[in-house]
Amino acid sequence: MTALAPAAFQQANIDYLAVLPLLIVFGTALVGVLVEAFMPRTHRHTVQATIAVVGLVLGFVGVIIATGHQGLTMGFADGATGRRLFSLAIDGPALFMQGSIVLLGILGILTMAERFGGVGSDAFTPSGASTPGSAIEAASTRAGLITSEVFPLTIFAIGGMMLFPTVNDLIGMFVALEVLSLPLYILSGLARRRRLLSQEAALKYFLLGAFSSAFFLFGTALLYGYAGSVYFPDLSAAITQNQLGLNPLLLGGAFLVFVGLLFKVNSVPFHGWTPDVYQGAPSPVTGFMAACTKAAAFGAILRLAYVGLDTAAWQWQNGVIIVAVLTMIVGSVLSVAQTDMKRLLAYSSIAHAGFILVGVLSFDRSGVSSVLFYVVTYGFSIIAAFALVTLVRQDGGEATHLSQWAGLGKKHPIVAGTMAFLMLAFAGIPLTSGFVAKFAVFAAAIHAGGSTGLALVIIGAACSAITVFVYARVIVLMFFSEPADDSVEVVIPSAAMTFSIAIGTLVTLALGIVPASLLDLADRASQFVR
Amino acid sequence: MPTALPSLLSSASTYAAGLATHDGEAHAATGFASYAWLLIAFPLLGTAVLLLGGRRTDRWGPVAATLLSWASFVVGLILFFVMFGQPSEDRAWSVHVYEWVTGGSFTADVNLLVDPLSLAFVLLITFVGSLIHVYSIGYMKHDPDRRRFFAYLNFFVASMLLLVLADNYLALYMGWEGVGLASWLLIGFWNMNPAYATAANKAFFANRVGDFGLSVAMFIMFFHFGSVNFADVNVGVAGLQGANQGFMTAMGLMLLLAACGKSAQFPLQSWLGDAMAGPTPVSALIHAATMVTAGVYLIVRSGTIFEASPTAQLIVAIVGAITLLFGAIVGCAKDDIKKALAASTMSQIGYMMLAAGLGPIGYAFAIFHLITHGFFKAGMFLGSGSVMHAMNDQVDMRRFGGLATVMKITWLTFGAGWLAIIGIPPFAGFWSKDKIIESAFVGEGWRPWVFGLAALIGAGITAFYMTRLFFMTFHGKRRWTEDVHPHESPATMTIPMIVLAIGSAFMGLILGPTGAFSTWLEPVTGAVEEHHPVIPVPVIIAVTLVFVLVGGGLAWMRYLRDDVPLTAPAGNQLTKAARLDLYQDHVNEALLMRPGIHLTRSLVFADGEGIDGAAGGLAAFIGGWAARMRKVQNGFVRSYALTMLAGIVAILGALWVIQ
Repeated sequence: MTALAPAAFQQANIDYLAVLPLLIVFGTALVGVLVEAFMPRTHRHTVQATIAVVGLVLGFVGVIIATGHQGLTMGFADGATGRRLFSLAIDGPALFMQGSIVLLGILGILTMAERFGGVGSDAFTPSGASTPGSAIEAASTRAGLITSEVFPLTIFAIGGMMLFPTVNDLIGMFVALEVLSLPLYILSGLARRRRLLSQEAALKYFLLGAFSSAFFLFGTALLYGYAGSVYFPDLSAAITQNQLGLNPLLLGGAFLVFVGLLFKVNSVPFHGWTPDVYQGAPSPVTGFMAACTKAAAFGAILRLAYVGLDTAAWQWQNGVIIVAVLTMIVGSVLSVAQTDMKRLLAYSSIAHAGFILVGVLSFDRSGVSSVLFYVVTYGFSIIAAFALVTLVRQDGGEATHLSQWAGLGKKHPIVAGTMAFLMLAFAGIPLTSGFVAKFAVFAAAIHAGGSTGLALVIIGAACSAITVFVYARVIVLMFFSEPADDSVEVVIPSAAMTFSIAIGTLVTLALGIVPASLLDLADRASQFVR
Repeated sequence: MPTALPSLLSSASTYAAGLATHDGEAHAATGFASYAWLLIAFPLLGTAVLLLGGRRTDRWGPVAATLLSWASFVVGLILFFVMFGQPSEDRAWSVHVYEWVTGGSFTADVNLLVDPLSLAFVLLITFVGSLIHVYSIGYMKHDPDRRRFFAYLNFFVASMLLLVLADNYLALYMGWEGVGLASWLLIGFWNMNPAYATAANKAFFANRVGDFGLSVAMFIMFFHFGSVNFADVNVGVAGLQGANQGFMTAMGLMLLLAACGKSAQFPLQSWLGDAMAGPTPVSALIHAATMVTAGVYLIVRSGTIFEASPTAQLIVAIVGAITLLFGAIVGCAKDDIKKALAASTMSQIGYMMLAAGLGPIGYAFAIFHLITHGFFKAGMFLGSGSVMHAMNDQVDMRRFGGLATVMKITWLTFGAGWLAIIGIPPFAGFWSKDKIIESAFVGEGWRPWVFGLAALIGAGITAFYMTRLFFMTFHGKRRWTEDVHPHESPATMTIPMIVLAIGSAFMGLILGPTGAFSTWLEPVTGAVEEHHPVIPVPVIIAVTLVFVLVGGGLAWMRYLRDDVPLTAPAGNQLTKAARLDLYQDHVNEALLMRPGIHLTRSLVFADGEGIDGAAGGLAAFIGGWAARMRKVQNGFVRSYALTMLAGIVAILGALWVIQ
């Protein structure tokens, strides 16, 4: 591995249209920061939310434009060897993920913006810096302070998420990982109610996130030691050249880098933070994280597994297989014992990560397309589900204990019915997108994964049978049980939030009945550029 | 594996002609046949209109739903006549509906396969289904939620039609889940009653176990043949020429598990009795005539797989034989009229399962008995609904008696069903059940004796418990509670009963001895070959009739000649066991019911502690394990970090060892 001569670097020409979506989204975030600084408080909430949504819509237009400009762009050209370094890979999977994240982000913003008639976002504290229950907090509430900075923060996170599956080297991937994580740490700690829980969650998320980032960096260092480069095509080539059997640098590096990414998708044993953070964070933020972080991280996992380390798959895949099996089993079994709606959805999210990993492990184009399809369908369903969680209230706060959901179907059939439908989707019952998605990843694993694939799928089928109990139990509770407490009420959402829930639910239904077009799109988008 | 498929297919085609008599090629449908999708569209439209239309549709909704169901029947009838006009080799049509799932590795079209087998089911489902819609107009007249009831009923009909019309296992699975959902919704229809809701859950859990079987079977098929189409799987199985026994058996057993869950066969039978909590028309349609027979359909449809795996086939027959005796014994001890009928359903499906497990000689008879059973059992359920209607919704037969004089039509129609099920010639059950008993006596070694005798003894016990039920309800002293004033039901209820009774009386005579039904099914199930039971056929018929008469006579002695006590006598050990469903609940409660009750209870009443590790059972096992694992989730960042680190080290260590 030749040492790189910095002097020979040349700025590669940039196809601005190819990176247009990233430019738009990061630009929107910067505009948001300026608005935050200069706009008077009275209109800030509306203006920020509008800017965020408009920016994301434009971002989606950017994604469509960028589809005509696929290829490697940005980065540096090494004058000596002609290689491109640190370039972005604008290809099918990257653009598919970017588009999905932007769309899911719009729904996420709409749920975060919900005020329920208050001054600022209902889910967020008026003053994040104040001690919970302190005089300052009370004064901030009286003064009508709002935390409208959540919008630019979210947009920054979305930008990072869009970058995550697009970068083509380990350092870039680390930068994207931090760009998407840091705003999420802050957002998790800003809940209006039960703030101590929220702050604890944020701190846990931050500490464990930092811990996993350290593993990622350690893995990066090991891989650099092995290949002399962090650029994916170089890694792949270096592995092909040095087929020397098991290499500790390669094996350790590859697995540790995966650890950093597997942490983000809530896989076991790196899942400890998930239930606590999902429970503590404001529900709209949880929904946003569950949908978008998962999508972005699976995009990155796909690129790492299929572009960077594809030739060494036989070395590291057993590690990921162990993780996938553990994730499916622990996620589904532990979801049985949950009594809190948000924790239940957290464990459900863990189990889903396991199912998606089965698709990743098929090492086939069909695996890529099935994973792309799965994260989109799951994203739409989970955002709607967490939005519904914010509607069910008791004494002004969210009623997340399952006993508070008992008998909800009698008084509020629409909310309960929608939740029941989403539960059926999580359970993978036919005619919901959940079924098609699960079937797609399982079919890919069987088609291309050989006996390992079949074994994984049978474990997956058993685990998904267990999870059905969990979801059915919630439905039973909502429709067949007597209400435990009459003071549980459902607040009426604004048009924006209703839109967000309706879209999430309708997409879940539509992709269950006519999934062909999106499956087709995912299939066409499943080719990585190298 | 899928790469090996093309060569496998070519070598298979010649062999397939020999082994797989099943539908080789389905022709694309032309003419009216291409409108077969209307069969499903009509009731689905009804569901949509009634559910979305809300209270506005309260007035005309039930009638509209009924008409749509009849419309579906008319389509089925026209298809039947069109098909009847075709030569037998052209009687399989494929109707493309739409491409459901398309992906790189996998495509699943929703295609309908209209062939003699599916059409026989279509006619049964739409005809009996429509009659039960009519009956429900009367039966549910005073229910404020009847609109929802009819919406679910229509949804059930649509799903059931999809189940039998699908040309691949995936679309079948869609229908399979649909009927499960409809059944769940309808059992729990009166969900203000917690016991009913629990029953609904029990059915749900048993069905899930079955669904798991079906999905694993599908995965194995896909792994092995790269497709889940009936035609591809049949060709693929034939191409293996008996190789890969292990896989075939695994696939067969998984399909059997699915069939057991849906058709209430041993060991997943426990839910059916509790499912009687639903409205009686639901019991008649879903839990007697159609849905519970889906398992038999699945086995017959997958015939090639079972023929390729004698082990799986034998287990099907054994399960059938166990269930037919099991259900019959339980049926003898039940005093609840609907539960006695449910036990009888279980037992009769056991006969069908036994026939399906006998291989090609049994398929046609399994389906034939399924059809006749659909008529006479639905008729009897409707009759029991009529009796309950008259008796203020009581179900205890010890408080019935002497109803024959006050409810003439119900008595006569129920009588036809009774004679049909116990197999008195010329009623329908005689023709269909007798053929199964004959087929069970065919074979070598121990099998004909075991299966034949099980079927024979089952026939005797059936005669006993059905006669008991009939006499306790309609004859003898009037043991009514004081507040009842029995009366005949309205015409909307009696007319369907009369129609079904006519079917129970004559259908067997028309279709059985003429061989019309087996000829009709021949393109699918293969020709029924001449077979020679180990005992001559006339002797079997004679002995069966003797068994039936003895069983009926015993019932006559105990329940008509002697007085029926108002409270059940203590009884011997067997009676006690039978009253408790032969302890099936004790065994299965731990496996199936606890998740429902236990989890819901822990959710509503308990706090964060949740599961308290109750004894025994899968759910408790998982729950207990989950509770222990929850302790790992203690909320401390340091332990999470430690878990991560330990996990990484362990996995890296494992990788090192594995390589």
